[in-house]
Amino acid sequence: MSGTKQADSRPLSPHLGIWRYHATMFASITHRFTGMAMYFGTFLIAAWLVALASGPDAFAVFEPIISSIPGQVILFLWTVAVLFHLANGIRYLFWDGPHIGFDPKTASAVSVFNYVFAVLASVAIWAVVLLA
Amino acid sequence: MANNQFITPAKAARGLGSAKSGTSDHIRQRVTAIAMVFLVPWFLYSVIHASGAGYDGAVEWAGKPWNAILLILTAGAAFYHMRIGMQIVIEDYIGKTGTRSALLILNSFACIALFATVALSVLKLWIGADA
Repeated sequence: MSGTKQADSRPLSPHLGIWRYHATMFASITHRFTGMAMYFGTFLIAAWLVALASGPDAFAVFEPIISSIPGQVILFLWTVAVLFHLANGIRYLFWDGPHIGFDPKTASAVSVFNYVFAVLASVAIWAVVLLA
Repeated sequence: MANNQFITPAKAARGLGSAKSGTSDHIRQRVTAIAMVFLVPWFLYSVIHASGAGYDGAVEWAGKPWNAILLILTAGAAFYHMRIGMQIVIEDYIGKTGTRSALLILNSFACIALFATVALSVLKLWIGADA
């Protein structure tokens, strides 16, 4: 394979010796973590639709579970996970497609923004729901 | 087979060529993501709206054609995306072949079963709704 030229210079994996904690790393780990959390959270959303389709009796069994304090806490955390994964996922689409937002300062700032957005937007949504 | 004895392993591998499918999961993960950039905000807004209206309100909401169609599309994109995401995590962290294969199969079964369950529930609500 001698003589082949790469179309563009590609990023190298960071060496363990020069590794340090940074915002994009946390965002990446959180992206994967929220993805896994939503995987199981989806079971709850699916159960809601199944209960809805099964009739009033089935819904009457399911409703208290989702309205309980633990149920509401899980739904709130699910909202935070969805919004973080959504915001951070849009950032990944900008990275993958038009290659926007790659420089370290922007990437770090967007990472912090995604956390702030996920928490504040979740609180705002739930405030509207609970006050309505 | 006999001919293969006289060529080097590297030459044999080059002759086989690539299946050109190495990036398919990567691309599908992004295509479903693009769909959900639009579907998930709708889903959040819509579900919050519907869940506040009790059983009757929620049934009426899911029975409306546009809601039913968008619900099934959201479920399709989400379960496809979930399946690939979980598959990548299993492939990254589970080294033992048997455990890994078992979890990969379980992942596929779970996502497909969930999609079928959700899609049929929504269809029932749609078809059952008063026209």
